[in-house]
Amino acid sequence: MADMRPNKIPVAEQEPEVRAHNFEEVTLGYSLEKAVREARRCLNCKNKPCMNGCPVGVRIPEFIAKVAEGNFEDAYEIIKTTNSLPAVCGRVCPQENQCEGKCVRGIKGEPVSIGRLERFCADYMRGKETRVNPAPKNGHKVAVVGGGPSGLTAAGDLAKLGYEVTVFEAFHTAGGVLMYGIPEFRLPKAIVQHEIDDLEKLGVKIMTNMVIGKVLSVDELFEMGYEAVFVGSGAGLPRFMGIEGEGLIGVYSANEYLTRINLMKAYRNEYATPIMKSQKVAVVGGGNVAMDAARSALRIGAKKVYVVYRRSMDELPARKEEVHHAIEEGVEFLTLNNPVKLLGDDNGRVRSVVCQKMELGEPDESGRRSPVAIEGSDYELDADTVIMAIGTSPNPLIRNTTPGLEVNKRGCLIVDETEATSKEGVYAGGDAVTGAATVILAMGAGKKAAAAIDAYIKAKESGIDG
Amino acid sequence: MFKIVRRKQLNGSVVLMDIDAPFIAKKADAGQFVIVRSDEYSERIPLTIADFDREKGTVTIIFQTIGGSTMTLAALNEGDEIKDVVGPLGTATEYEKGIKKVAVVGGGVGCAIAYPQAKKLHNMGVDVQLIAGFRNKDIIILEEEMRKESTQLHICTDDGSYGYHGFVTDKLKELIDGGADFDEVIAIGPVPMMKFVCQTTKPYGIKTIVSLNPIMIDGTGMCGGCRVRVGGEIKYACVDGPDFDGHEVDFSELVKRNSTYHEAEKLHVCRLMGGVK
Repeated sequence: MADMRPNKIPVAEQEPEVRAHNFEEVTLGYSLEKAVREARRCLNCKNKPCMNGCPVGVRIPEFIAKVAEGNFEDAYEIIKTTNSLPAVCGRVCPQENQCEGKCVRGIKGEPVSIGRLERFCADYMRGKETRVNPAPKNGHKVAVVGGGPSGLTAAGDLAKLGYEVTVFEAFHTAGGVLMYGIPEFRLPKAIVQHEIDDLEKLGVKIMTNMVIGKVLSVDELFEMGYEAVFVGSGAGLPRFMGIEGEGLIGVYSANEYLTRINLMKAYRNEYATPIMKSQKVAVVGGGNVAMDAARSALRIGAKKVYVVYRRSMDELPARKEEVHHAIEEGVEFLTLNNPVKLLGDDNGRVRSVVCQKMELGEPDESGRRSPVAIEGSDYELDADTVIMAIGTSPNPLIRNTTPGLEVNKRGCLIVDETEATSKEGVYAGGDAVTGAATVILAMGAGKKAAAAIDAYIKAKESGIDG
Repeated sequence: MFKIVRRKQLNGSVVLMDIDAPFIAKKADAGQFVIVRSDEYSERIPLTIADFDREKGTVTIIFQTIGGSTMTLAALNEGDEIKDVVGPLGTATEYEKGIKKVAVVGGGVGCAIAYPQAKKLHNMGVDVQLIAGFRNKDIIILEEEMRKESTQLHICTDDGSYGYHGFVTDKLKELIDGGADFDEVIAIGPVPMMKFVCQTTKPYGIKTIVSLNPIMIDGTGMCGGCRVRVGGEIKYACVDGPDFDGHEVDFSELVKRNSTYHEAEKLHVCRLMGGVK
């Protein structure tokens, strides 16, 4: 019989006033005992609605049943059969819109804390010997462009099927947004590295410092003997608002700000990476990236951090938990505010944001009520640093160097329902296809593409043989 | 890891390194750059490819030790390894079709970047007037190489201690006024020099290409740090450049943005030199 208490077992967190000044992980995770108690809240529903909410199809009730029994190793292995990055998903997935959003327990109370349980299993097993059973090699080679969530997922799934997989990563370390974008306090980099190490144990080869589209083209990958290519090249050029003053010193894209901190470790003294020592920071945007930038700015030492967002709190696209954490830590939300101009001092350094107040009008094509400017409401918000977190447009390097690869008018690669692009043997997924989205959607696409690549290569092989 | 197969001190502060990087050497072209990270704790620094040897699989970088990261890099010796080298990044320089005569203008260590341009054009059979400016005789680099890869080399020194006494812009103007009918001018060096070259050529309507060196992290179009204003629009030096039409570039914004971390840089150098933090 399931434990029918209506609420999730709470998880320990660092106190807001403490954590706002360090980069240690905010959420501390379940103890063994709490994990078992939480797992016992699961009803083990026959029709498994939670699984329908999971883009990578984690066998949720099965692994939770194992946790409830105290058999964490089996639980972990069940997760790993479909998810190559459980420690990551358990931390950064928007569970409220996915598995937990569909959980039957959520109807009359809080859903089962599936994310925390997934994280618990991954954390429990880290550093322990796990049974790695690489599949026998099938003699086929696949190239993966980009070592972010979609690429790593595709690589993991293909390696499990026996493919010889090489991941070509542009940066000096694989992980993509998990390394450069999501901050340490939300996703410790050692944990990401561990997941990547596990993939290497499965036989995945990772080549860093390789910018496909520059050092090698997609066509050259085929010439080198790769039979299929998965493109997960991720987010590209950061967007700016196109307003006056965006060239001032102290105006960052969120990508640059976060990369300096996360990948280049500007917050650690032994690293050479510089970052502005800001006092007042205005972050423009309302997504997870904006929350990450705002909370990072606090930790870098800013006295005041504002999130400037043109709609209201209800429309914030960020994960609820991130918004909640940001508020707890002292980030101030200036919703229904839209920057119209950035002003600088005599040295070309930004000194303020001219904001215009907004009100909500009729719903737009996204179904959200669109913000309308209130005439004459402009005011100056003091800020010595402004971080633009308003999205990206896909990276142009691959599309510009790969004949036959079709893109839509926003520059995103066009794929069919199997993630196949317009070019034979080339599959794609993640932000390169969707524009800025979530880690888990990218992973879902990587997974789907891996299955399609497997089918494609097998069909080709049987075609040749028969 | 990328092995340094040759290291040569070109002057007191300028170092040349040939790096074993066969993939990059195979694709490199004039105008492109690499990003180098000396060790785990270093910044990623963009350096224009000064030369490459596809057969040996090496690329050449030439850099001046101006800050902490270049000091760390310069401290490496022949046989040592650089942790990360990525490239070739950026778009190779595109020349106008059918160009016959070009002035390539280099300033200081910028001559290391002007050199591959001169070499490529010279090999294409173009008349290359290479104008290389230095503060004084003691810091002249690559004289022999530049002489070999140009139709005529004009070395200028600010103090007149060698060659032409004056700035590169004076020499350039002299050549233009003397009837040199340049199809294009390519200017590479400190931002003020490039700006003045553009001011020199503008009245004559000579197309002028500059190679920009903004702050950069990834070099692949992700961070947006390298954005520059060209013709009123935001461009990214790493993917749209680093070459741009100099007459369209907002140099004053570039100068300001490049000064973002000057204070931090001084502290960094101080730390490396064992000074107080």
